[in-house]
Amino acid sequence: MRSPGWMRVAKWAALLLVVVVALLFPAFESDPATVNIGVFTVMYVGLATAWNIMGGYTGYVSLGHAAFFGFGAYAFGLVLAHLGIQAGYEPFLFVPVAGALTVVLALLIGWIALRTRAATFVIVTIAMMFMIQLLAENLVGLTGGGSGLSFPVPPWSGDFFDTPFYYAMLVMAFVALGISWWIRRSKFGLGLLAIRDDEDKALAVGVPAHAYKLTAFIISAGLVGMIGAVYGYYVTYIYPQYAIDPLVGISLVLMVFLGGLGTLWGPVLGAVILEPAQLWLAYNFGASRLYLVFYAAVFLVVILLLPRGIIPSVGDLIRRLTSRRAVGPSDTASSSSDTHAVAGVQSP
Amino acid sequence: MSLLEIEGLSKHFGGVTAVDGCSLSLQLGSITGLIGPNGSGKTTVFNLITGFLPQDAGEVRFNGQSISGLGPNRIYGLGIGRTFQLARIFPRLTTLENMLVPVRRSGLRALFSRGQRHDERTRAMDMLAAMDISHVAGLLGGSLSYGQRKLLELAAVMMARPQLVLLDEPAGGVNPGLIERIGQHILELNRQGVTFLLVEHNMPFVMGLCQQIVVLHRGAVLAQGTPAAVRGNPAVLDAYLGS
Repeated sequence: MRSPGWMRVAKWAALLLVVVVALLFPAFESDPATVNIGVFTVMYVGLATAWNIMGGYTGYVSLGHAAFFGFGAYAFGLVLAHLGIQAGYEPFLFVPVAGALTVVLALLIGWIALRTRAATFVIVTIAMMFMIQLLAENLVGLTGGGSGLSFPVPPWSGDFFDTPFYYAMLVMAFVALGISWWIRRSKFGLGLLAIRDDEDKALAVGVPAHAYKLTAFIISAGLVGMIGAVYGYYVTYIYPQYAIDPLVGISLVLMVFLGGLGTLWGPVLGAVILEPAQLWLAYNFGASRLYLVFYAAVFLVVILLLPRGIIPSVGDLIRRLTSRRAVGPSDTASSSSDTHAVAGVQSP
Repeated sequence: MSLLEIEGLSKHFGGVTAVDGCSLSLQLGSITGLIGPNGSGKTTVFNLITGFLPQDAGEVRFNGQSISGLGPNRIYGLGIGRTFQLARIFPRLTTLENMLVPVRRSGLRALFSRGQRHDERTRAMDMLAAMDISHVAGLLGGSLSYGQRKLLELAAVMMARPQLVLLDEPAGGVNPGLIERIGQHILELNRQGVTFLLVEHNMPFVMGLCQQIVVLHRGAVLAQGTPAAVRGNPAVLDAYLGS
Protein backbone atom coordinates (compact mmCIF):
# COMPACT_ATOMS: atom_id res chain seq x y z
CA MET A 1 0.00 0.00 0.00
CA ARG A 2 1.43 3.44 -0.96
CA SER A 3 1.83 6.15 1.66
CA PRO A 4 -0.33 9.28 1.37
CA GLY A 5 1.10 12.04 -0.84
CA TRP A 6 2.07 14.40 2.00
CA MET A 7 3.89 11.56 3.76
CA ARG A 8 5.96 10.77 0.70
CA VAL A 9 6.89 14.43 0.29
CA ALA A 10 7.81 14.58 3.99
CA LYS A 11 9.97 11.46 3.62
CA TRP A 12 11.87 12.87 0.63
CA ALA A 13 12.30 16.24 2.36
CA ALA A 14 13.63 14.53 5.50
CA LEU A 15 16.01 12.43 3.40
CA LEU A 16 17.28 15.50 1.56
CA LEU A 17 17.79 17.32 4.85
CA VAL A 18 19.75 14.39 6.30
CA VAL A 19 21.99 14.22 3.20
CA VAL A 20 22.62 17.99 3.19
CA VAL A 21 23.38 18.09 6.94
CA ALA A 22 25.68 15.06 6.60
CA LEU A 23 27.55 16.63 3.66
CA LEU A 24 27.94 20.08 5.21
CA PHE A 25 28.65 19.00 8.79
CA PRO A 26 32.48 19.51 8.69
CA ALA A 27 32.04 22.88 6.91
CA PHE A 28 29.91 24.24 9.75
CA GLU A 29 31.75 22.57 12.57
CA SER A 30 35.35 23.71 12.98
CA ASP A 31 36.04 21.97 16.30
CA PRO A 32 38.08 18.80 15.48
CA ALA A 33 36.70 17.05 18.58
CA THR A 34 33.15 17.42 17.24
CA VAL A 35 34.18 16.31 13.75
CA ASN A 36 35.80 13.33 15.44
CA ILE A 37 32.42 12.45 16.95
CA GLY A 38 30.99 12.84 13.44
CA VAL A 39 33.57 10.41 12.01
CA PHE A 40 32.68 7.71 14.55
CA THR A 41 28.94 8.33 14.24
CA VAL A 42 29.00 8.00 10.46
CA MET A 43 31.27 4.97 10.84
CA TYR A 44 28.65 3.27 13.02
CA VAL A 45 25.89 4.26 10.59
CA GLY A 46 27.75 2.25 7.94
CA LEU A 47 28.60 -0.63 10.28
CA ALA A 48 25.07 -0.98 11.66
CA THR A 49 23.56 -0.76 8.17
CA ALA A 50 25.94 -3.44 6.89
CA TRP A 51 25.25 -5.69 9.91
CA ASN A 52 21.49 -5.27 9.39
CA ILE A 53 21.72 -6.96 5.96
CA MET A 54 22.64 -10.19 7.76
CA GLY A 55 21.12 -9.72 11.23
CA GLY A 56 18.00 -7.78 10.26
CA TYR A 57 16.97 -8.97 6.81
CA THR A 58 18.18 -12.55 7.08
CA GLY A 59 17.60 -12.99 10.84
CA TYR A 60 21.08 -14.37 11.52
CA VAL A 61 22.43 -12.44 14.50
CA SER A 62 26.21 -12.24 14.33
CA LEU A 63 28.04 -11.01 17.41
CA GLY A 64 31.37 -11.50 15.68
CA HIS A 65 31.33 -8.80 13.02
CA ALA A 66 34.16 -7.06 14.90
CA ALA A 67 36.38 -9.76 13.36
CA PHE A 68 35.64 -8.45 9.86
CA PHE A 69 36.12 -4.89 11.05
CA GLY A 70 39.55 -5.68 12.48
CA PHE A 71 40.49 -7.95 9.59
CA GLY A 72 39.66 -5.15 7.14
CA ALA A 73 41.89 -2.78 9.10
CA TYR A 74 44.79 -5.26 9.22
CA ALA A 75 44.37 -6.24 5.56
CA PHE A 76 44.39 -2.57 4.56
CA GLY A 77 47.47 -1.77 6.62
CA LEU A 78 49.35 -4.72 5.14
CA VAL A 79 48.28 -3.88 1.58
CA LEU A 80 49.48 -0.27 2.00
CA ALA A 81 52.78 -1.46 3.46
CA HIS A 82 53.26 -4.15 0.82
CA LEU A 83 52.55 -1.81 -2.09
CA GLY A 84 54.46 1.07 -0.52
CA ILE A 85 51.51 3.48 -0.76
CA GLN A 86 52.31 6.90 0.67
CA ALA A 87 50.07 8.66 3.18
CA GLY A 88 47.54 11.12 1.80
CA TYR A 89 44.45 10.55 -0.31
CA GLU A 90 45.84 7.68 -2.38
CA PRO A 91 45.31 4.99 0.28
CA PHE A 92 41.53 5.54 0.09
CA LEU A 93 41.62 4.07 -3.42
CA PHE A 94 42.77 0.75 -1.94
CA VAL A 95 39.89 0.43 0.56
CA PRO A 96 37.97 -1.90 -1.83
CA VAL A 97 40.99 -4.26 -1.80
CA ALA A 98 40.55 -4.63 1.98
CA GLY A 99 36.84 -5.23 1.34
CA ALA A 100 37.63 -7.94 -1.21
CA LEU A 101 40.04 -9.69 1.17
CA THR A 102 37.38 -9.55 3.92
CA VAL A 103 34.89 -11.09 1.51
CA VAL A 104 37.27 -14.02 0.97
CA LEU A 105 37.56 -14.52 4.74
CA ALA A 106 33.78 -14.23 5.16
CA LEU A 107 33.26 -16.77 2.38
CA LEU A 108 35.42 -19.32 4.22
CA ILE A 109 33.84 -18.64 7.61
CA GLY A 110 30.28 -18.31 6.32
CA TRP A 111 30.50 -21.54 4.34
CA ILE A 112 30.85 -23.39 7.64
CA ALA A 113 29.12 -21.09 10.16
CA LEU A 114 25.94 -20.80 8.10
CA ARG A 115 25.31 -24.50 8.42
CA THR A 116 24.17 -23.64 11.95
CA ARG A 117 21.15 -21.61 12.93
CA ALA A 118 19.82 -19.44 15.76
CA ALA A 119 21.79 -19.53 19.04
CA THR A 120 24.42 -21.90 17.62
CA PHE A 121 25.18 -19.41 14.86
CA VAL A 122 25.54 -16.59 17.41
CA ILE A 123 28.04 -18.66 19.40
CA VAL A 124 29.97 -19.68 16.28
CA THR A 125 30.35 -16.01 15.30
CA ILE A 126 31.68 -15.13 18.77
CA ALA A 127 34.15 -18.03 18.60
CA MET A 128 35.18 -16.98 15.10
CA MET A 129 35.86 -13.44 16.31
CA PHE A 130 38.16 -14.63 19.10
CA MET A 131 39.96 -16.96 16.69
CA ILE A 132 40.69 -14.05 14.35
CA GLN A 133 41.83 -11.98 17.33
CA LEU A 134 44.15 -14.81 18.44
CA LEU A 135 45.54 -15.12 14.93
CA ALA A 136 46.22 -11.37 14.82
CA GLU A 137 48.04 -11.71 18.11
CA ASN A 138 50.09 -14.78 17.17
CA LEU A 139 50.97 -14.22 13.53
CA VAL A 140 53.63 -11.81 14.72
CA GLY A 141 55.59 -11.82 11.45
CA LEU A 142 52.54 -10.61 9.55
CA THR A 143 50.54 -8.47 11.97
CA GLY A 144 53.16 -7.35 14.46
CA GLY A 145 51.32 -9.31 17.16
CA GLY A 146 50.85 -7.44 20.43
CA SER A 147 53.13 -4.65 19.23
CA GLY A 148 50.49 -3.69 16.72
CA LEU A 149 50.53 -2.40 13.17
CA SER A 150 51.20 1.19 12.16
CA PHE A 151 49.67 2.97 9.17
CA PRO A 152 51.26 5.80 7.23
CA VAL A 153 50.25 9.06 8.92
CA PRO A 154 48.59 11.60 6.58
CA PRO A 155 50.39 14.95 6.43
CA TRP A 156 47.26 16.96 7.25
CA SER A 157 47.04 19.65 9.93
CA GLY A 158 45.25 18.95 13.21
CA ASP A 159 42.31 21.20 12.27
CA PHE A 160 41.73 19.42 8.98
CA PHE A 161 42.85 15.88 9.86
CA ASP A 162 39.38 14.47 10.61
CA THR A 163 37.61 15.94 7.57
CA PRO A 164 38.85 13.54 4.83
CA PHE A 165 38.10 10.60 7.14
CA TYR A 166 34.63 11.99 7.82
CA TYR A 167 33.91 12.04 4.09
CA ALA A 168 35.48 8.61 3.55
CA MET A 169 33.23 7.20 6.29
CA LEU A 170 30.26 9.06 4.81
CA VAL A 171 30.90 7.51 1.39
CA MET A 172 31.03 4.08 3.06
CA ALA A 173 27.78 4.80 4.92
CA PHE A 174 26.07 5.86 1.67
CA VAL A 175 27.39 2.76 -0.12
CA ALA A 176 26.08 0.55 2.73
CA LEU A 177 22.71 2.31 2.71
CA GLY A 178 22.47 2.10 -1.08
CA ILE A 179 23.20 -1.64 -1.04
CA SER A 180 20.82 -2.19 1.87
CA TRP A 181 18.03 -0.29 0.05
CA TRP A 182 18.69 -2.18 -3.16
CA ILE A 183 18.64 -5.56 -1.41
CA ARG A 184 15.47 -4.68 0.54
CA ARG A 185 13.47 -4.05 -2.63
CA SER A 186 14.94 -6.90 -4.71
CA LYS A 187 13.81 -10.45 -5.29
CA PHE A 188 16.97 -11.51 -3.41
CA GLY A 189 15.93 -9.37 -0.42
CA LEU A 190 12.48 -10.93 -0.42
CA GLY A 191 14.18 -14.32 -0.22
CA LEU A 192 16.28 -13.13 2.75
CA LEU A 193 13.15 -11.94 4.57
CA ALA A 194 11.52 -15.30 3.86
CA ILE A 195 14.56 -17.07 5.37
CA ARG A 196 14.29 -14.82 8.43
CA ASP A 197 10.63 -15.80 8.89
CA ASP A 198 10.88 -19.56 8.25
CA GLU A 199 13.95 -21.04 6.60
CA ASP A 200 12.50 -24.51 5.96
CA LYS A 201 9.41 -23.03 4.39
CA ALA A 202 11.64 -20.81 2.25
CA LEU A 203 13.52 -23.89 1.05
CA ALA A 204 10.21 -25.59 0.28
CA VAL A 205 9.22 -22.75 -2.05
CA GLY A 206 12.51 -22.77 -3.90
CA VAL A 207 14.68 -20.21 -2.07
CA PRO A 208 18.30 -21.48 -2.18
CA ALA A 209 18.76 -20.57 1.47
CA HIS A 210 22.44 -21.40 1.89
CA ALA A 211 23.52 -19.43 -1.18
CA TYR A 212 21.34 -16.48 -0.17
CA LYS A 213 22.61 -16.45 3.43
CA LEU A 214 26.21 -16.71 2.28
CA THR A 215 25.74 -13.87 -0.19
CA ALA A 216 24.18 -11.65 2.49
CA PHE A 217 26.97 -12.61 4.90
CA ILE A 218 29.81 -11.72 2.53
CA ILE A 219 28.16 -8.45 1.44
CA SER A 220 27.71 -7.51 5.09
CA ALA A 221 31.25 -8.55 6.04
CA GLY A 222 32.82 -6.89 2.99
CA LEU A 223 31.24 -3.54 3.86
CA VAL A 224 32.31 -3.88 7.50
CA GLY A 225 35.85 -4.76 6.34
CA MET A 226 36.06 -1.63 4.18
CA ILE A 227 34.86 0.55 7.05
CA GLY A 228 37.45 -1.15 9.27
CA ALA A 229 40.10 -0.24 6.70
CA VAL A 230 39.21 3.46 6.84
CA TYR A 231 39.13 3.23 10.64
CA GLY A 232 42.64 1.72 10.75
CA TYR A 233 44.01 4.51 8.58
CA TYR A 234 42.20 7.08 10.74
CA VAL A 235 43.57 5.87 14.08
CA THR A 236 46.98 5.15 12.38
CA TYR A 237 47.85 2.34 14.79
CA ILE A 238 46.00 -0.88 15.63
CA TYR A 239 46.60 -3.88 17.82
CA PRO A 240 44.51 -7.07 18.18
CA GLN A 241 42.36 -6.22 21.21
CA TYR A 242 41.70 -2.74 19.88
CA ALA A 243 40.93 -3.56 16.25
CA ILE A 244 38.97 -6.74 16.99
CA ASP A 245 36.99 -5.47 19.96
CA PRO A 246 33.88 -7.45 20.97
CA LEU A 247 32.33 -4.18 22.15
CA VAL A 248 32.33 -2.87 18.57
CA GLY A 249 30.28 -5.89 17.52
CA ILE A 250 27.90 -5.50 20.45
CA SER A 251 27.52 -1.73 19.96
CA LEU A 252 26.39 -2.01 16.37
CA VAL A 253 23.92 -4.77 17.24
CA LEU A 254 22.45 -2.56 19.98
CA MET A 255 22.16 0.34 17.53
CA VAL A 256 20.22 -1.80 15.08
CA PHE A 257 17.90 -3.10 17.80
CA LEU A 258 17.28 0.41 19.11
CA GLY A 259 16.55 1.90 15.68
CA GLY A 260 14.60 -1.02 14.25
CA LEU A 261 15.84 -4.45 13.24
CA GLY A 262 15.35 -5.26 9.56
CA THR A 263 14.40 -1.69 8.58
CA LEU A 264 16.42 0.50 6.23
CA TRP A 265 16.67 3.55 8.49
CA GLY A 266 16.63 1.87 11.91
CA PRO A 267 20.41 1.25 12.00
CA VAL A 268 21.04 4.88 10.96
CA LEU A 269 18.83 6.23 13.74
CA GLY A 270 20.31 3.86 16.32
CA ALA A 271 23.87 4.87 15.41
CA VAL A 272 23.07 8.60 15.39
CA ILE A 273 21.57 8.32 18.88
CA LEU A 274 23.96 5.91 20.57
CA GLU A 275 27.42 6.74 19.24
CA PRO A 276 27.44 10.48 20.12
CA ALA A 277 25.91 9.59 23.50
CA GLN A 278 28.65 7.02 24.13
CA LEU A 279 31.40 9.45 23.10
CA TRP A 280 29.85 12.23 25.22
CA LEU A 281 29.96 9.89 28.22
CA ALA A 282 33.55 8.94 27.45
CA TYR A 283 34.63 12.59 27.09
CA ASN A 284 32.80 13.78 30.20
CA PHE A 285 33.47 10.88 32.52
CA GLY A 286 36.97 10.04 31.46
CA ALA A 287 38.15 6.81 29.96
CA SER A 288 36.12 4.73 32.42
CA ARG A 289 33.83 2.14 31.01
CA LEU A 290 30.79 3.95 32.35
CA TYR A 291 29.28 3.91 28.88
CA LEU A 292 28.85 0.16 29.29
CA VAL A 293 26.38 0.87 32.10
CA PHE A 294 24.65 3.25 29.70
CA TYR A 295 24.56 0.51 27.04
CA ALA A 296 23.05 -1.90 29.54
CA ALA A 297 20.38 0.70 30.40
CA VAL A 298 19.59 1.22 26.70
CA PHE A 299 19.37 -2.56 26.21
CA LEU A 300 16.82 -2.73 29.05
CA VAL A 301 14.80 0.16 27.62
CA VAL A 302 14.75 -1.48 24.19
CA ILE A 303 13.71 -4.86 25.59
CA LEU A 304 11.05 -3.47 27.91
CA LEU A 305 9.61 -0.54 25.95
CA LEU A 306 10.66 -0.82 22.32
CA PRO A 307 11.23 -4.50 21.54
CA ARG A 308 10.80 -3.82 17.82
CA GLY A 309 12.90 -0.62 17.83
CA ILE A 310 12.04 3.03 17.33
CA ILE A 311 11.15 3.10 13.63
CA PRO A 312 8.63 0.22 13.62
CA SER A 313 7.06 1.48 16.87
CA VAL A 314 6.73 5.07 15.63
CA GLY A 315 5.50 3.78 12.26
CA ASP A 316 2.74 1.85 14.06
CA LEU A 317 1.79 4.93 16.02
CA ILE A 318 1.55 7.10 12.88
CA ARG A 319 -0.48 4.46 11.04
CA ARG A 320 -2.81 4.09 14.02
CA LEU A 321 -3.34 7.84 14.25
CA THR A 322 -3.85 8.36 10.51
CA SER A 323 -6.21 5.39 10.11
CA ARG A 324 -8.25 6.55 13.14
CA ARG A 325 -8.57 9.98 11.58
CA ALA A 326 -9.47 8.48 8.20
CA VAL A 327 -12.26 6.17 9.37
CA GLY A 328 -13.70 8.29 12.16
CA PRO A 329 -14.62 7.30 15.71
CA SER A 330 -17.40 4.82 14.82
CA ASP A 331 -14.98 2.53 12.99
CA THR A 332 -12.17 2.68 15.49
CA ALA A 333 -12.33 -0.98 16.46
CA SER A 334 -12.02 -2.36 12.95
CA SER A 335 -9.34 0.11 11.90
CA SER A 336 -7.38 -0.70 15.00
CA SER A 337 -7.42 -4.39 14.23
CA ASP A 338 -6.31 -3.72 10.66
CA THR A 339 -3.50 -1.52 11.89
CA HIS A 340 -2.34 -4.28 14.17
CA ALA A 341 -2.42 -6.66 11.30
CA VAL A 342 -0.30 -4.40 9.15
CA ALA A 343 2.04 -3.75 12.03
CA GLY A 344 2.69 -7.43 12.41
CA VAL A 345 1.06 -8.40 15.67
CA GLN A 346 0.73 -12.07 15.19
CA SER A 347 -2.35 -13.99 16.05
CA PRO A 348 -1.66 -16.74 18.56
CA MET B 1 2.24 -42.04 -17.68
CA SER B 2 3.92 -42.01 -14.27
CA LEU B 3 4.88 -38.56 -13.04
CA LEU B 4 6.43 -39.73 -9.79
CA GLU B 5 7.83 -43.15 -9.02
CA ILE B 6 9.06 -44.24 -5.62
CA GLU B 7 10.94 -47.51 -5.31
CA GLY B 8 12.02 -49.23 -2.12
CA LEU B 9 12.23 -45.99 -0.14
CA SER B 10 13.53 -46.48 3.43
CA LYS B 11 14.33 -44.20 6.31
CA HIS B 12 15.50 -45.03 9.82
CA PHE B 13 15.78 -42.73 12.81
CA GLY B 14 18.18 -44.56 15.11
CA GLY B 15 16.45 -47.88 15.82
CA VAL B 16 13.07 -46.72 14.53
CA THR B 17 12.10 -47.58 10.98
CA ALA B 18 9.92 -44.71 9.77
CA VAL B 19 9.70 -45.76 6.11
CA ASP B 20 10.34 -49.35 5.15
CA GLY B 21 10.75 -50.18 1.45
CA CYS B 22 7.88 -47.97 0.35
CA SER B 23 7.05 -48.11 -3.38
CA LEU B 24 4.32 -46.23 -5.18
CA SER B 25 3.65 -44.48 -8.43
CA LEU B 26 1.61 -41.37 -9.25
CA GLN B 27 -0.08 -40.96 -12.61
CA LEU B 28 0.13 -37.61 -14.34
CA GLY B 29 -3.00 -35.57 -13.62
CA SER B 30 -4.18 -37.76 -10.75
CA ILE B 31 -5.15 -37.01 -7.17
CA THR B 32 -3.76 -39.64 -4.79
CA GLY B 33 -4.46 -39.92 -1.08
CA LEU B 34 -1.81 -41.23 1.30
CA ILE B 35 -3.49 -42.48 4.45
CA GLY B 36 -2.50 -44.41 7.54
CA PRO B 37 -2.51 -43.96 11.29
CA ASN B 38 -0.25 -41.55 13.13
CA GLY B 39 3.36 -42.69 12.93
CA SER B 40 2.87 -44.72 9.77
CA GLY B 41 5.45 -42.60 7.93
CA LYS B 42 3.29 -40.37 5.73
CA THR B 43 5.00 -37.07 6.53
CA THR B 44 8.41 -38.77 6.40
CA VAL B 45 7.58 -39.93 2.85
CA PHE B 46 6.74 -36.31 2.01
CA ASN B 47 10.02 -35.14 3.52
CA LEU B 48 11.95 -37.78 1.56
CA ILE B 49 10.27 -36.87 -1.75
CA THR B 50 10.86 -33.15 -1.26
CA GLY B 51 14.48 -33.48 -0.15
CA PHE B 52 14.02 -32.39 3.46
CA LEU B 53 15.41 -35.74 4.59
CA PRO B 54 18.02 -37.94 2.89
CA GLN B 55 16.80 -41.48 2.32
CA ASP B 56 18.71 -44.52 3.59
CA ALA B 57 17.71 -46.64 0.61
CA GLY B 58 15.54 -46.54 -2.48
CA GLU B 59 14.96 -44.02 -5.19
CA VAL B 60 12.55 -41.25 -6.15
CA ARG B 61 12.09 -40.45 -9.85
CA PHE B 62 10.22 -37.45 -11.18
CA ASN B 63 9.43 -37.35 -14.88
CA GLY B 64 11.76 -40.34 -15.24
CA GLN B 65 14.70 -38.48 -13.69
CA SER B 66 16.17 -39.42 -10.30
CA ILE B 67 15.76 -36.63 -7.75
CA SER B 68 17.35 -38.53 -4.85
CA GLY B 69 19.94 -36.44 -3.06
CA LEU B 70 18.70 -33.09 -4.33
CA GLY B 71 17.89 -30.30 -1.85
CA PRO B 72 14.34 -28.99 -1.28
CA ASN B 73 14.81 -25.82 -3.32
CA ARG B 74 16.16 -27.77 -6.32
CA ILE B 75 13.27 -30.23 -6.10
CA TYR B 76 10.81 -27.33 -5.98
CA GLY B 77 12.53 -25.90 -9.02
CA LEU B 78 11.92 -29.17 -10.89
CA GLY B 79 8.18 -28.82 -10.32
CA ILE B 80 7.30 -30.42 -6.97
CA GLY B 81 5.59 -28.11 -4.47
CA ARG B 82 4.48 -28.96 -0.97
CA THR B 83 2.50 -27.62 1.96
CA PHE B 84 3.05 -28.39 5.62
CA GLN B 85 0.94 -30.14 8.24
CA LEU B 86 0.32 -26.91 10.17
CA ALA B 87 -0.07 -24.17 7.55
CA ARG B 88 3.30 -22.44 7.30
CA ILE B 89 3.48 -18.99 5.82
CA PHE B 90 5.90 -16.08 6.29
CA PRO B 91 4.30 -14.17 9.19
CA ARG B 92 6.21 -10.90 8.79
CA LEU B 93 5.67 -10.66 5.04
CA THR B 94 2.40 -9.44 3.57
CA THR B 95 0.05 -11.91 1.90
CA LEU B 96 1.15 -10.55 -1.49
CA GLU B 97 4.84 -10.92 -0.60
CA ASN B 98 4.10 -14.48 0.56
CA MET B 99 2.81 -15.11 -2.95
CA LEU B 100 5.89 -13.61 -4.62
CA VAL B 101 8.57 -15.53 -2.69
CA PRO B 102 7.95 -18.81 -4.60
CA VAL B 103 8.05 -17.16 -8.04
CA ARG B 104 11.03 -18.48 -9.95
CA ARG B 105 13.32 -16.21 -11.92
CA SER B 106 16.29 -17.21 -13.99
CA GLY B 107 19.55 -15.31 -14.08
CA LEU B 108 21.47 -13.31 -11.53
CA ARG B 109 20.24 -10.01 -12.93
CA ALA B 110 16.61 -10.94 -12.42
CA LEU B 111 17.42 -11.93 -8.86
CA PHE B 112 18.69 -8.47 -8.02
CA SER B 113 15.92 -6.63 -9.84
CA ARG B 114 12.72 -5.49 -8.12
CA GLY B 115 11.05 -7.93 -5.76
CA GLN B 116 7.58 -7.11 -7.11
CA ARG B 117 7.37 -7.21 -10.90
CA HIS B 118 4.09 -6.08 -12.43
CA ASP B 119 3.34 -9.37 -14.20
CA GLU B 120 4.12 -11.43 -11.09
CA ARG B 121 2.02 -9.13 -8.95
CA THR B 122 -0.93 -9.43 -11.32
CA ARG B 123 -0.69 -13.22 -11.35
CA ALA B 124 -0.43 -13.31 -7.54
CA MET B 125 -3.52 -11.11 -7.18
CA ASP B 126 -5.43 -13.31 -9.65
CA MET B 127 -4.46 -16.40 -7.69
CA LEU B 128 -5.49 -14.76 -4.39
CA ALA B 129 -8.79 -13.75 -5.99
CA ALA B 130 -9.36 -17.33 -7.12
CA MET B 131 -8.88 -18.43 -3.50
CA ASP B 132 -11.16 -15.59 -2.27
CA ILE B 133 -8.45 -13.98 -0.15
CA SER B 134 -7.41 -11.03 -2.31
CA HIS B 135 -8.88 -8.66 0.32
CA VAL B 136 -6.05 -9.58 2.70
CA ALA B 137 -3.24 -9.03 0.14
CA GLY B 138 -1.81 -6.06 2.06
CA LEU B 139 -1.99 -7.62 5.52
CA LEU B 140 0.87 -9.38 7.20
CA GLY B 141 0.74 -13.16 7.05
CA GLY B 142 0.90 -13.39 10.84
CA SER B 143 -2.43 -11.60 11.17
CA LEU B 144 -4.38 -14.04 8.97
CA SER B 145 -6.79 -16.61 10.38
CA TYR B 146 -5.77 -20.27 10.22
CA GLY B 147 -8.16 -20.91 7.33
CA GLN B 148 -6.77 -17.94 5.39
CA ARG B 149 -3.25 -19.25 6.01
CA LYS B 150 -4.25 -22.65 4.59
CA LEU B 151 -5.62 -20.98 1.45
CA LEU B 152 -2.58 -18.70 1.19
CA GLU B 153 -0.19 -21.63 1.49
CA LEU B 154 -2.01 -23.48 -1.28
CA ALA B 155 -2.16 -20.36 -3.48
CA ALA B 156 1.52 -19.53 -2.92
CA VAL B 157 2.77 -23.00 -3.76
CA MET B 158 0.99 -22.71 -7.13
CA MET B 159 2.90 -19.55 -8.07
CA ALA B 160 5.80 -21.48 -9.60
CA ARG B 161 3.37 -23.61 -11.65
CA PRO B 162 4.39 -26.97 -10.14
CA GLN B 163 3.43 -30.18 -11.89
CA LEU B 164 3.03 -32.07 -8.63
CA VAL B 165 1.84 -30.74 -5.28
CA LEU B 166 2.14 -32.61 -2.01
CA LEU B 167 -0.48 -31.48 0.50
CA ASP B 168 0.06 -32.42 4.14
CA GLU B 169 -3.38 -32.49 5.80
CA PRO B 170 -5.05 -29.77 3.72
CA ALA B 171 -8.31 -30.22 5.68
CA GLY B 172 -6.68 -30.41 9.11
CA GLY B 173 -7.93 -27.90 11.68
CA VAL B 174 -10.36 -26.04 9.42
CA ASN B 175 -14.17 -25.79 9.54
CA PRO B 176 -16.40 -27.95 7.31
CA GLY B 177 -17.32 -25.04 5.03
CA LEU B 178 -13.69 -24.28 4.34
CA ILE B 179 -12.86 -27.97 3.88
CA GLU B 180 -15.35 -28.02 1.03
CA ARG B 181 -13.81 -24.87 -0.50
CA ILE B 182 -10.30 -26.31 -0.25
CA GLY B 183 -11.55 -29.48 -1.93
CA GLN B 184 -13.04 -27.43 -4.77
CA HIS B 185 -9.81 -25.50 -5.23
CA ILE B 186 -7.84 -28.76 -5.42
CA LEU B 187 -10.26 -30.15 -8.01
CA GLU B 188 -10.06 -26.94 -10.05
CA LEU B 189 -6.26 -26.96 -10.01
CA ASN B 190 -6.30 -30.65 -10.92
CA ARG B 191 -8.51 -29.85 -13.90
CA GLN B 192 -5.82 -27.38 -14.95
CA GLY B 193 -3.33 -30.27 -15.01
CA VAL B 194 -1.77 -30.29 -11.54
CA THR B 195 -1.13 -33.71 -9.99
CA PHE B 196 -1.75 -34.03 -6.24
CA LEU B 197 -0.55 -36.34 -3.50
CA LEU B 198 -2.23 -35.62 -0.21
CA VAL B 199 -1.92 -36.88 3.33
CA GLU B 200 -5.19 -36.61 5.18
CA HIS B 201 -7.05 -38.07 8.15
CA ASN B 202 -10.47 -36.80 7.07
CA MET B 203 -11.75 -39.95 5.34
CA PRO B 204 -14.86 -38.53 3.63
CA PHE B 205 -12.66 -35.73 2.22
CA VAL B 206 -9.99 -38.14 0.92
CA MET B 207 -12.44 -40.68 -0.44
CA GLY B 208 -14.44 -37.99 -2.22
CA LEU B 209 -11.45 -36.27 -3.76
CA CYS B 210 -8.92 -38.95 -4.70
CA GLN B 211 -8.89 -41.37 -7.60
CA GLN B 212 -6.30 -43.54 -5.91
CA ILE B 213 -5.64 -44.29 -2.25
CA VAL B 214 -2.36 -45.62 -0.83
CA VAL B 215 -2.46 -47.01 2.70
CA LEU B 216 0.76 -46.89 4.71
CA HIS B 217 1.36 -49.16 7.67
CA ARG B 218 4.61 -49.00 9.61
CA GLY B 219 6.34 -47.28 6.73
CA ALA B 220 5.32 -49.81 4.07
CA VAL B 221 2.45 -49.83 1.60
CA LEU B 222 -0.31 -52.02 3.00
CA ALA B 223 -2.82 -51.51 0.21
CA GLN B 224 -3.52 -49.31 -2.78
CA GLY B 225 -6.29 -48.86 -5.27
CA THR B 226 -9.48 -46.94 -5.85
CA PRO B 227 -11.31 -45.54 -2.82
CA ALA B 228 -13.94 -48.27 -3.18
CA ALA B 229 -11.32 -51.03 -3.35
CA VAL B 230 -9.45 -49.69 -0.34
CA ARG B 231 -12.66 -49.19 1.58
CA GLY B 232 -13.51 -52.84 0.90
CA ASN B 233 -10.06 -54.22 1.72
CA PRO B 234 -10.47 -56.30 4.92
CA ALA B 235 -6.94 -55.56 6.13
CA VAL B 236 -7.48 -51.81 5.80
CA LEU B 237 -10.94 -52.04 7.29
CA ASP B 238 -9.69 -53.95 10.28
CA ALA B 239 -6.62 -51.88 10.85
CA TYR B 240 -7.68 -48.30 10.05
CA LEU B 241 -11.21 -47.57 9.09
CA GLY B 242 -13.08 -49.84 11.46
CA SER B 243 -15.71 -52.26 10.32
